[in-house]
Amino acid sequence: MSLAPISLRALVRGDSRADRVVPPTGFTARLTVFTAAAMAFLAVLALALSLAAGRLATTWGDELARASTVRISAPEGQGAAQVEAALRVLEQTPGVASARALTNDEQRALLEPWFGPDLPLEDLPVPRLIEVIETSEGYDGAGLRLRLQAEVPGAVLDDHTRWRRPLVTAATRLRLFGWVSLGLIAAAVGAMVTLAANAALAANAQVIAVLRLVGATDTYIARAFVRRFTLRALGGAAVGTGPRHRRRPRTGRGRATPVASSPASPSGAGTGSCRCWCRRSRALSPFLPPPAPRGAFWRI
Amino acid sequence: MIELDSVAYNYGGGELLTDISLDLAPGSFHFLTGPSGAGKTTFLKLCYGALVPTAGQVRLFKRDVRQMTRDQVAMSRRRIGVVHQDCRFLDHLPLSENVALPLVVSGAEAGQEGNLRELMAWVGLSGRADALPPELSGGERQRAALARAVIMSPEVILADEPTGNVDWDMSQRLLQLLVELNRMGKTILIATHDLQLIRAAKVQVQARVLRIKDRRLQTAGADL
Repeated sequence: MSLAPISLRALVRGDSRADRVVPPTGFTARLTVFTAAAMAFLAVLALALSLAAGRLATTWGDELARASTVRISAPEGQGAAQVEAALRVLEQTPGVASARALTNDEQRALLEPWFGPDLPLEDLPVPRLIEVIETSEGYDGAGLRLRLQAEVPGAVLDDHTRWRRPLVTAATRLRLFGWVSLGLIAAAVGAMVTLAANAALAANAQVIAVLRLVGATDTYIARAFVRRFTLRALGGAAVGTGPRHRRRPRTGRGRATPVASSPASPSGAGTGSCRCWCRRSRALSPFLPPPAPRGAFWRI
Repeated sequence: MIELDSVAYNYGGGELLTDISLDLAPGSFHFLTGPSGAGKTTFLKLCYGALVPTAGQVRLFKRDVRQMTRDQVAMSRRRIGVVHQDCRFLDHLPLSENVALPLVVSGAEAGQEGNLRELMAWVGLSGRADALPPELSGGERQRAALARAVIMSPEVILADEPTGNVDWDMSQRLLQLLVELNRMGKTILIATHDLQLIRAAKVQVQARVLRIKDRRLQTAGADL
């Protein structure tokens, strides 16, 4: 048995008479649309999750691994001297690329979310902070801690590892989880296609037999069915991904990958493609449910 | 047109048909008879390439069925009109579209509307063109199946119990249609166990009667 390849153009253009030979509705049709919608929704969700987790893990890993903080809580009057001493120690420490004491303005900015903008920083015993950036080799944390203890009694070195490590681990796990989900969804899609094909063949065995009886070639029959089911699956996928897309139309390609878009990108960048997608989805309108009324669950 | 040469067929539990040879000549009119379960339908299926013989050779239009691709079988179906025992329609399409189905699948439906109307009138179904197949009576279904079988103007018409579930008058009308087709030069093979129908036909055309007995094809005729 040889099936001539079904050309994409013929699939898109279609043949209204050939379409009619496939029974119009049925249980399998609704299931195909529903499953395609659910799969597309879950795939987007899993992709979003893994991309977000990946981004988070990378950001945390990169930014926190290279930075640490020295906190100096000195008695009144000794602050500036201790900061200077600590900076001296840090400059002499191999593995430290730069060390810089935060200015009062920067400290105020850090505290502003908690205490408001009018904080009289000078009157409060706020510890001074020194931001330390490591070289790629890193420094010897234990050694530095001992030296600081000896020379600057009020200094505490915080190299962020204590809370960074579990966070990075969690984000990595989350990313792994996302990819595993995506793999599972791919496998489920494969299973769904197999089951749908089997169910469709069983449900339409009579139609196929009649078509063969009156002299239809395999290609003709396959084209009629492939077209119907491809359009149905596309319609379902549009239903599954469409609402998310309409809510956060950020990416330029008309795909719904909300987290992949950087917050810095202009928020209206994708609205054009969203309109375009809506126009396109009207072409599939026979396969889509009627438009949802305002206030549908995904718009809330 | 259709040649069978020492053909045998076996569904897996012993041979149903053995050593069958037949040559359906153009313009001939054959009846195929035999008790129920003797293999009449199997014989017809061998004749239109739905089954491949387990032994021997079947040639459709001088081509061995075993060597034919599925597309070639489909093409030969367009030259053989089949009236199935259970008619087999697409239940979601109206009758006129069902009758025109062979034209649609072969891409030849353009400009055939007049022919379709004429054919529907010929089988007396003009008024039922928009009815769905499940709404039709047994006789109407049989006539529609005949119309669908002949719409491509095939060279051979194979009919499996075309008068199976219709009354005598209706079977006479169907026979009349088949006789007319034979007069137009078509080769006809009708499987039936209705001997009265065969007698009625013999008055109008020169029909040969074949009988399947003990798994073999015999020529009857004189005794009818």
